[in-house]
Amino acid sequence: MSGSAREPLLLRGGRVVDPSQGFDDVSDVLLLEGRVEALGKGLSAPDGARMVECRGLIVMPGLIDVHVHLREPGGEHKETIESGARAAAAGGFTTVCAMPNTDPPIDDPAAVGFVLAEGQRAGGARVYPLGCISVGQKGERLAEVGEMVAAGAVGITDDGYPVMDSGLMRLALEYSLIFGVPVADHPEDLGLSRAGTMNEGLTATRLGLRGKPNASEDVHILRDLMIAELTGGHIHLQHVSTRLGIDAIRQAKERGVRVTAEATPHHMLLTDEAVEGYRTEAKMNPPLRSRADAEAVIAGFCDGTLDVLATDHAPHHYDEKEQAFDDAPNGIVGLETALGLVHTHLVGKGLLDLPTLVERMSVAPARAFGLAGGTLREGAPGDVTLIDTAARWTVAASRFLSKSRNTPFEGWELVGRAVMTVVGGLVVWELEDERS
Amino acid sequence: MTHTVAHFGKDLIGIEPLSAEQILLILDTAEPFKEISERRIKKVPVLRGKTIVNLFFEPSTRTRISFEFAEKRLSADTVNITTTGSSVVKGETLVDTARNLEAMRIDMVVIRHGSSGAARFLAERIPSNVVSAGDGSHEHPTQALLDLLTIRDRLAKIEGARVCIVGDILHSRVARSNIYGLTKLGAEVGVCGPPTLMPVGIEELGVRVFRRVEEAIEWADVLNVLRLQLERMQGGYVPSLREYNRVYGVSSARLERVPKELLILHPGPMNRGVEIDSDVADGPHSVILDQVTNGIAVRMAVLYLLAGGAPEKAESAKGGVEE
Repeated sequence: MSGSAREPLLLRGGRVVDPSQGFDDVSDVLLLEGRVEALGKGLSAPDGARMVECRGLIVMPGLIDVHVHLREPGGEHKETIESGARAAAAGGFTTVCAMPNTDPPIDDPAAVGFVLAEGQRAGGARVYPLGCISVGQKGERLAEVGEMVAAGAVGITDDGYPVMDSGLMRLALEYSLIFGVPVADHPEDLGLSRAGTMNEGLTATRLGLRGKPNASEDVHILRDLMIAELTGGHIHLQHVSTRLGIDAIRQAKERGVRVTAEATPHHMLLTDEAVEGYRTEAKMNPPLRSRADAEAVIAGFCDGTLDVLATDHAPHHYDEKEQAFDDAPNGIVGLETALGLVHTHLVGKGLLDLPTLVERMSVAPARAFGLAGGTLREGAPGDVTLIDTAARWTVAASRFLSKSRNTPFEGWELVGRAVMTVVGGLVVWELEDERS
Repeated sequence: MTHTVAHFGKDLIGIEPLSAEQILLILDTAEPFKEISERRIKKVPVLRGKTIVNLFFEPSTRTRISFEFAEKRLSADTVNITTTGSSVVKGETLVDTARNLEAMRIDMVVIRHGSSGAARFLAERIPSNVVSAGDGSHEHPTQALLDLLTIRDRLAKIEGARVCIVGDILHSRVARSNIYGLTKLGAEVGVCGPPTLMPVGIEELGVRVFRRVEEAIEWADVLNVLRLQLERMQGGYVPSLREYNRVYGVSSARLERVPKELLILHPGPMNRGVEIDSDVADGPHSVILDQVTNGIAVRMAVLYLLAGGAPEKAESAKGGVEE
């Protein structure tokens, strides 16, 4: 960690990629008083400024992950807001949106305030809470959405559980219009997914594990899209994993439905075959699906049907994953691997260009949740991520800043990673043994 | 501590990883062990000094007793640990259970568990030999082996035989192990049951799917009739046991319509009047009690081989009577 409070920061000579203003050129960025002061060539450093030589690096608006589980309150053995915010910074994220499925759930303004305050104390990425759609995440009646938004919630969701009651989803999409926040939903018809613990298909059949069919996600996505169309509300579909679901979102967007949607790195890069051997680090919800689905998620992410990259960072203590497959909890950590995975496997393979990566990981997430970042325009928050696109590294969970290590990507060799993360003009994370 | 690696690895977790040769090796090794159970003194010193833990997380009478007889007739020291209800023993994790057993310096564990993969989970974490006595809906390898032995006894060979498994394929570990074993040994395999109880992608395992039991009976040389768990009705997979019996029950009326030699197997315990009618279970086609007898011989063979016994010496190994 380096740099003291309010020290001006001049990021010099990097390739600045900021799709929010169509900017992609070698340039300097000056951060002053926590904000972007200037973007241009040959900027001079004010007195006392720290200069960071960025030649050969990418300078971009800070990464934003709109879907993380920070587990606090109630699950501090898995993650705390502080450890999560620091893990986020180490992954290049300057902002994360914390899901409210904690214990107790974040369903009132006091709880929202707690998450915000802990996030500010953490000194890592900014932490913005989402509030619950329903009281206690019970799926019965609306939580105090207005009170939570006033306290700082940037959206509402019952994530962890889908909103099964279509009537409640209608109310949520209508009521949220007052406050202009999205309604994020985990699309899963619980009747169809039933006792499933992985994707339905040959692997599940062979392993003797119950499957969740694609249809369990498809019907819920279609329902949400229909209710969004009915109400004019903004539906944000989380971690979309199915081919037909993506087609449905694409068509809805063409009709003008207000929908944004997430793609996760794991649903793009892994299939249900990763469960082979009952590997609980490949257990997540929605489950890893077929090759065709993974390809559809990549295609949807590249063409923008899926607007944002989200990690669904879901830390679990190793004891909890060290169980028989049926008994292990869903989810994997993702904050410290997302950028490297997507850069290596999408940008590195020519499927996605760098500006579009920045669009999906910074600009679009800010737009979807009405957040202040996602741009290096003058006056914007001084949230910047520096990336070395040539850095080769190997995923080693033992080095994560997250408290948990449940990743299916252990040992993967990646190219490209964040080397510095700046939040509000402060360097909150810097890769050690890199440039001085 | 030395734990031997048998001719098919340290453990027997499933049939899927075995080759046809390895399956035949177990069946051939079981042959000489059949005779021990017919003796007046049913005990040989093959596993003397070995400690075997029978770790049953699910209720089981016949499989546990069959293993226990096999172990005792081979002179092993056995301990039974039976817990029901939860998949985790009183808050203790499966990992801790495994480590504690290991600390007691045991040689083998026979595990029955409600979660698919639990046997493998244990086997990967302890050096002792692990034998699956059924894990979730995954595999029940010794059941398949005893079914294979029983079919071979009657038909002389398995290759070319048409075997249809009838019932709840979705939840059945017996079905999966049988499919692997039978297809590897060259049998033609069918499965028959309500589509609500048929797992997705089952055809890709090389089996043909019959929707009507009448068609299955017409096609098959052997029917392996699975127990319909009561929970399936509660889960809504079938509306009632009565209706299941009407549509899928193996009855003498259905068998008489196709007069031919047909073997009827059932892994037990039977629901008489549900998946199988009593006159079939007790009738001339039934080899259900042969299966039970063969179960002990097959399990003796598995334990013997895992303990490092040479297959060609099985005959002489059993020669001595425990003094």
